[in-house]
Amino acid sequence: MNRDFWTGGAENELRILRCQDCAVFIHPPRPVCRNCLSENVAAEVVAGTGTIDTYTVNYQKWRPDLEVPFVIARVALDGVPGVILTTNIVGCSADDVDVGQRVRVTFEQHDDVYLPLFERLD
Amino acid sequence: MFIYRCLNGSTDMSGSDAYITGIGQSEIGQKLSRSPLLLTIDAVRDALDEAGLAIGQIDGVSTYPGRTPAMLGFSPVGVEDLVDALGIRASWYAGATEISSQLGAVVEAAMAVRAGLARHIICFRTVYEAAALARPDEYPIPRRERVDGYSQWLAPFHAMSASNWVAQYAMRHTKQYGLTREQLGQIAITGRANAVRNPNALVREALSMDEYLSARMISTPLCLCDCDRYTDASTVLIVSAGDAVDEVSCTPVRIAAMAGSVERYSWDQAELMASYPTGVDLWKRTDYTPADVDTVQLYDGFSFLALTWLEALGFCELGEAGQFVEGGSRIALDGELPLNTFGGQLGAGRLHGFGFAHESVVQLRGRGGDRQIPGEPRVAVCTSGGGPLATALLLAKD
Ligand SMILES: [Zn+2]
Repeated sequence: MNRDFWTGGAENELRILRCQDCAVFIHPPRPVCRNCLSENVAAEVVAGTGTIDTYTVNYQKWRPDLEVPFVIARVALDGVPGVILTTNIVGCSADDVDVGQRVRVTFEQHDDVYLPLFERLD
Repeated sequence: MFIYRCLNGSTDMSGSDAYITGIGQSEIGQKLSRSPLLLTIDAVRDALDEAGLAIGQIDGVSTYPGRTPAMLGFSPVGVEDLVDALGIRASWYAGATEISSQLGAVVEAAMAVRAGLARHIICFRTVYEAAALARPDEYPIPRRERVDGYSQWLAPFHAMSASNWVAQYAMRHTKQYGLTREQLGQIAITGRANAVRNPNALVREALSMDEYLSARMISTPLCLCDCDRYTDASTVLIVSAGDAVDEVSCTPVRIAAMAGSVERYSWDQAELMASYPTGVDLWKRTDYTPADVDTVQLYDGFSFLALTWLEALGFCELGEAGQFVEGGSRIALDGELPLNTFGGQLGAGRLHGFGFAHESVVQLRGRGGDRQIPGEPRVAVCTSGGGPLATALLLAKD
């Protein structure tokens, strides 16, 4: 159920589960559509771009090996209404991140899992 | 005792209302050596004494979240421990995680007495997080073998602290509504000022705005002073049936309305926290209005949550809580809406929800000592939670 989301990065694809009957997107993945209760759900490739809904710059070292500061953000995905991903904004200074910025997915591989992180488009 | 009906409140005179009668609290501290069960019994004793009840008159027990073996510091004592230790003959009990946050345990007890399942119910919340952290041999730190549930969507991005989750909502308030750090800081500053006047509070030191603004950042815009700290303590509230309040010697406080709700647990899929629908629901269930409220005790495990509660409960519009608390005079002890008069969790310690109900009763009974608000308060609102789960109680001294 979650595999498509975490492994799509191998093909550079961001995949989100979608109801094949009523077209509503489902995230986090569930075996049933929250809108029409259909079990006919399947992963689809989405654009991989979006907008920063909100964010925070984390300064606390929750673990000794954690490098701070870093940006945690909620990204609203283009073409995927109702789905927001918690992720990290990478590739720029934490000071340069703001609400409303346009971002694009970039994958970070950890063994067979590809984390969808985001970087600024502009 | 049925004259405890209020003029503009419930029209129910059948005695099926629920009341908070005895309240009790243990010592509040960090790294206490007294065991969590004995802290709980200290609070029970305190509550029984106040109510003039004997343990034999207790026939129900309710707690949140119940004994949690994987995180003993978070919840070291369950219903079964208390029932066994005190020989309580319970005709009803509950200890559940999956309810609408900490004060959901009081909601459950109120429903039980109204349904006639019990007459006097001990509701308790015991925390031992500071002691447990200091004594890992006795209280092992939980190991996450694997990430599952909603945390699998957060952990890979190092967003595992509730401070990170709350911070993102707070950041949106700063960007969308212009919430300033000074406005946010007022919650901690007010709490700490009130804690100085509370002999039982954990942090009895005033906090200045300069100190707040220069505190170490945790997760923007939340700094260290916006986060409560691990505490060891137990708080007890006895919930009594309407037809049993003539057995108690203290002034009963009526639970005039209750509300609770749950949002999607993943946090990030929710537009607003669960406090917002909870606040709307509370006022649907009573003839009281926000204008009738004499004091509010609002969950501030993170300062920003108290701001969301002010908006959710209709004391101001969405996005206006920052302006509402700015400068602090409106929410001070002598202000129009005194807030967290015992210090809140930021001042009194992380009592985890129950402290807000306890303090509401203290104020309505006029027992606040140096922190007692002026006049004769009759109506209070207390809340717990925020984020995906929330509870609000309207309490009235009729
Ligand atoms: Zn559907």
